[in-house]
Amino acid sequence: MDFWNTLRLALRALARNKLRSSLTMLGIIIGVGAVIAVVSIGQGADAMIQEGIQNMGTNVVYISAGSGRPGGLRMGFGAVKTLTMDDLNAITREIPLIKEAAPGVMTRAQVVYQNQNWNTSVMGTTANYFPIRKWVVTAGTVFSDEEVEAAANVCVIGTTVSRYLFSDTEDPIGKQIRIKNIPFRVIGILESKGQSVMGSDQDDQIFAPYSTVQRKLAGITWLQIIMASATTADASVAAMQPISALLRERHRIRTGDDDDFFVRTQSELAETAAQTQWVMTLLLGSVACVSLIVGGIGIMNIMLVSVTERTREIGVRMAVGATESDVQLQFLVEALTLSMMGGLVGIFVGVALSAMISNLLAWPTLISTQAILMAAIFSVGVGVFFGFYPARKAAQLDPIEALRYE
Amino acid sequence: MELSDTPAQDSCVIRLEGVHKYYHLGDFQVHALRGISLQVHKGEFVAVMGASGSGKSTLMNIIGCLDKPSRGSYFLDGTDVSKLEKAELARVRNRKLGFVFQQFNLLSRTSALENVELPTIYAGISPQEREERARAALERVGLADREHHYPSQLSGGQQQRVAIARALVNRPAILLADEPTGNLDSRTSVEIMDIFQQLNEEQAITIVIVTHEHDIAQYAKRALEFRDGKVRHDYVIEDRLVAREVLPTLPTLEDEDAEDESAAGGEASSESSAGREME
Repeated sequence: MDFWNTLRLALRALARNKLRSSLTMLGIIIGVGAVIAVVSIGQGADAMIQEGIQNMGTNVVYISAGSGRPGGLRMGFGAVKTLTMDDLNAITREIPLIKEAAPGVMTRAQVVYQNQNWNTSVMGTTANYFPIRKWVVTAGTVFSDEEVEAAANVCVIGTTVSRYLFSDTEDPIGKQIRIKNIPFRVIGILESKGQSVMGSDQDDQIFAPYSTVQRKLAGITWLQIIMASATTADASVAAMQPISALLRERHRIRTGDDDDFFVRTQSELAETAAQTQWVMTLLLGSVACVSLIVGGIGIMNIMLVSVTERTREIGVRMAVGATESDVQLQFLVEALTLSMMGGLVGIFVGVALSAMISNLLAWPTLISTQAILMAAIFSVGVGVFFGFYPARKAAQLDPIEALRYE
Repeated sequence: MELSDTPAQDSCVIRLEGVHKYYHLGDFQVHALRGISLQVHKGEFVAVMGASGSGKSTLMNIIGCLDKPSRGSYFLDGTDVSKLEKAELARVRNRKLGFVFQQFNLLSRTSALENVELPTIYAGISPQEREERARAALERVGLADREHHYPSQLSGGQQQRVAIARALVNRPAILLADEPTGNLDSRTSVEIMDIFQQLNEEQAITIVIVTHEHDIAQYAKRALEFRDGKVRHDYVIEDRLVAREVLPTLPTLEDEDAEDESAAGGEASSESSAGREME
């Protein structure tokens, strides 16, 4: 018997018990739908995190001042004073993998404009910080090298700061604000970046020349962080070792002693985040897979019932010339049709479900062809696996007994 | 496997040589057939008779290639089928044998035409030819106008005629009928025997029927009486009845036309409810 006849036969047999067939398919539909929805939520979250990490800059290597042990007393992060602008210059000069680098001096300060005030963090840096961290200026400009050189009282503000200090109708550019009571001129506004991967508001910041922050706001001479940009993503990882070596040498750290700095890369962060996400997706996905298996058991159950109900039909088919393999194929195709139709509907349900989740709950979802393909293959597998035994049972019926079956 | 191309030395379509059949029922053995040797020639019309348990059903199963002899040989149309594998037996059943059952065994919710087509599907015949053959077979049994009816819309006699058409559709060498009139009233039984006689006379189809009714056996040409797994009598039927001549003498059922109408309208007649259908 050829394939089309078998398929037609299977469809007709299933159409005879529409309610039963649809209920059986429901198991697979829920299973496949759940797998696709869960995986798409997982992938959506992953994509969001990766995008966030990409937004942090281009191939960034973070070098932060660490916890030195002057005189055996352990200090906290950023406490050592050994990271300087000279270190930064040495890194860009001596390590070819590093394209450029920007310093970072951070402090918190109260800012005031007319009758408005706001407490925010102030970051002292140089002009190349903005391209490294992918900040875009929407109005005005960033400070120039000359202004950094001269420790000018100019600043670039984030949208959150702008919103708290200025009214909607006011143009902040050129206005005087007071940071720790020192007047600064606003020369630029940054495009909003929203929340960082860690959940902090990246727009709640003020940027000023590092020299100004060091001398006038923080009163220090060292740096807390250096953000270096490597030529490529791979280079950022490769640069970690030479940077460490260079800094140990410059800071005269003896072999065996701890570093007084930390080096981290963006790709490291991305990898960790991806790994966490993958574990989550896998966990949820396997729970969804369980429902697919339960659906398969439903198919097996119904196929067994069907074989018993149709014992005489099987007997007649065998009497008129159906071979064991004809009968086996007939029931296997029936099980497969159930699981594949269930899988197909399940894919639509899964896609609709993830669309609904992203619309109603505002969660990002990403429907991957991989997940759809996996679900499709899985549903075929379930059909074959759980359809095989009932089909085998049908094929091995004795035609004489089957014809006599009441 | 070659089935049809080995020419029979004689006109023997069925030749059994010392066939035994044992069944194991728990601890003890049932000796269902005790050395049957038998020949049926082309164009014969044999009635197999005997009480239940006499071995006639076992014999039919073996002749019908649904079962294999425990001992002895069975030549069907010149081929020794007692040594064949299951799949090969299925092929023999498909090409050489036509089955008619007491309970009709039509597929429910499947039209008469599609029921008749069933054996041709397993023979790998093209869809067009399948339909042509099925139509011709239905016409042969006088049901050309009922091809789209479901079994539940046909009377018992009509269902049995559909079953006969199904048995004929692959042009078998032998038609095997197991109590074909067991579920039918007497007039319908004679009508069925009329079809068998026509097929036997006009197309020289070899027919073997199992029956326990003597008046049905009278329509055959030869009778085999079974008892205790052996053939006790093998004789030519002398005062043979011709169904076509008997039919006019039988009282026509007054409500036959009405019944036909109601059957066509989808109501199962009382007669057809006797034949069990399959889900």
